[in-house]
Amino acid sequence: MKRPMTMAEKILADRAGVAAVEPGELVEVPVDLTLANDITAPLAIKIFEETRISRVFDPERIVLVMDHFTPNKDIKSAEQVRICREFARRFGIRHYYEGGACGIEHALLPELGLVVPGDIVIGADSHTCTYGALGAFATGVGSTDLAATWITGRTWFKVPETIKFVYRGRLKPWVSGKDLILYTIGDIGVDGALYRAMEFSGEVIRRLSMAERFTMSNMAIEAGGKVGLMEPDRKTLNYIRGRAGREPRIYRSDRGARYLEVREYDCSKIDLQVAFPHLPSNVKPVTEIPEIPIDQVVIGSCTNGRLEDLAVAAKILKGRRVNPNVRAIIIPATPQVYREALRRGYLRVFLEAGAIVSPPTCGPCLGGHMGILARGERAVATTNRNFVGRMGHPESEVYLAGPAVAAASAVLGRIGSPEELGLKEEA
Amino acid sequence: MRFRGRVFKFGDNIDTDVIIPARYLNTTDPRELAKHCMEDADPEFVKKVRPGDIIVAGKNFGCGSSREHAPVAIKACGVSCVIAESFARIFYRNAFNTGLPIVEAPEASREIREGDEVEVDLEAGEIRNLTQGKIYRVKPLPPFMKELLRDGGLIPHLVCKYRNLRLEDE
Repeated sequence: MKRPMTMAEKILADRAGVAAVEPGELVEVPVDLTLANDITAPLAIKIFEETRISRVFDPERIVLVMDHFTPNKDIKSAEQVRICREFARRFGIRHYYEGGACGIEHALLPELGLVVPGDIVIGADSHTCTYGALGAFATGVGSTDLAATWITGRTWFKVPETIKFVYRGRLKPWVSGKDLILYTIGDIGVDGALYRAMEFSGEVIRRLSMAERFTMSNMAIEAGGKVGLMEPDRKTLNYIRGRAGREPRIYRSDRGARYLEVREYDCSKIDLQVAFPHLPSNVKPVTEIPEIPIDQVVIGSCTNGRLEDLAVAAKILKGRRVNPNVRAIIIPATPQVYREALRRGYLRVFLEAGAIVSPPTCGPCLGGHMGILARGERAVATTNRNFVGRMGHPESEVYLAGPAVAAASAVLGRIGSPEELGLKEEA
Repeated sequence: MRFRGRVFKFGDNIDTDVIIPARYLNTTDPRELAKHCMEDADPEFVKKVRPGDIIVAGKNFGCGSSREHAPVAIKACGVSCVIAESFARIFYRNAFNTGLPIVEAPEASREIREGDEVEVDLEAGEIRNLTQGKIYRVKPLPPFMKELLRDGGLIPHLVCKYRNLRLEDE
C-alpha cells in the first residue's frame, strides 16, 4: 500500500514517475511552465547563449514578462528589455509581455490562465510561489537553473518536508489574507519554513477570495518556504474556467500524511497587521502601534495589486482626501485589473482623493522607479519586503500592510486603520 | 578546493537586496555588480575586500529575491567563499550554479570573528580558524551537489550532455 503523502510529495512523486517520495530525496521532474522577467531573463539568456545550444525545449512553455523596471526607466533597462524581445522573436516565444499587454508577472500569469492546478512551475523570481494558491508546485530559482530548464524542460528538487497551517474562526472586520500571512511569518520567522513546503488550509482559507489566496501563497518565500500550497476547491476551478489552456491535475494531501509540524490559528483573534522595518516577520497589530507619520503609501505589487485589493482601497478613499504630507501611489497589477478598476469607478475615486495611479509595474516595490524613498522617509506598502534599502535610500523605512491599512494610512498621514476613519464594516 | 582569507562578518538574514540592491540590476555585467556588493550593509565593503577574503554570516544568508546577481556580485568582488549558519534555498542553488563556494557551518559561523584569518578546505571537509587556532568539521555535501561542482556547475554539466544540440563553432 502506498504511504499517505502531502500534496507537495504527491505532485513530485507523480511527476517524477514514482509511486512515492520521501522528504530529503532528490527528484527530477518535467516543468510545465518557466518564467523570467526583465531583470532575471537577460542573465538567463546570456547563460543560455554561452552554451551555444540552438533550440529551447518548448517555446510555448517559456513566459517572459517585462514588469520590473518598465516602462523602461533608463537606457540600461531598455537595453535589457531589447535583449529579451530579440530572444523571444528568435525562438518564437509567444508569451512575451511588454508594453500595454504587460502586467505584474504573478498577477498576470494566473489571470491569463497560463498556470493550472498540479503544474510544476519554476520562475526566475522568488515570488513564483504565488501559484501555490492554485495548487501548483511553483517556486523561485535563479537564472542558471532557468536557462538549464530552457534546454532540458526538466529540473531537480529536494523533496521538502511540509508544515501545515490551519486557519480557523471568523476574520475580524477589514482583516484579509495579507494580515494572515504577515501574522504567520511573524509567528514562525523569516526562516521558519526554510526549505519546507507550506500548506495553507482550514475553513478561513476556503472562504478567502482567490486574490487573497494568491496574496498568502505569494509571501511563503518571506518565511523561507519553497512553495505555499493550497488544495484546489470549487473556487479554484471556477477561477480557471474560461482561462486555462490546459487540463488541471488536482492533488490533495492524503489523510494521515506526515507533516513536520501542524500550526493552528484562531483567526478571530488576529488583528490587522503591520510589519515594521526591516523584516517581514517584525509584525505588530495595528491597534498597538504608536503614532508613526508617513511620507508615502504604495498599493500594488504581485502581493496586493489585484482588483479586490483596489476595491478595498476605493471603499476607504471614496469621498476622502489623501493627507497632504503623503504621496499615495496606486498600481493596478495588470491591464485587465486597470480596465476593470476604470469601469467600476475606482480610478476616479483614487484621482479625486489625490492619489497617483501608475501603470502596471513592480516599480517602487523593489526600489526600481515610480516612487523611490529619500533618506529618512517612511512608506506603508502592500508589497512583500521591507528590507534595508528595499524602496530606496538605505535609511528609508517600509512598513508592510494590507490594502485596508495602507489606504487608511494614506488619509491619516500616519499608520492607522479604517476604523479610525469611522469605517465600521467591510461588508 | 581550498581557500584562505580574512573574514568579513555579517549578521542574520542578510538579504539579496543588501547583497546587491535592485537599483543596480539594470546590468548583468559581473564587474559592474561587484562595485556595489554588500553596499547597503557596509558601503565601504568593496573598498576593503581583497581577493580570497571570506564572508561569514548568521542564519538565512541570501534570503529574499531570486536574483542570481547576488552570488555573481560576491564572487566578482573577490570573495572566495561564504560560510553561514544557514542559507536561503534559492541562494544556495544559485551559489552552486554560479560556482561560488558556500559552506553551512553553524558553530564556525558563530565563533569566527571579523578580521580572523580562515582557511576552508572543502576536500578535507574542514574550516580552520588560523587566528583562533580552531578547527571545525563541515557537513559533507550531498553527492548530487558534489557532482555539479566537479563538472564546474550546472551549465557545463548540461553542455556535455546536450552536445549534439550545439551550434558548430565558427
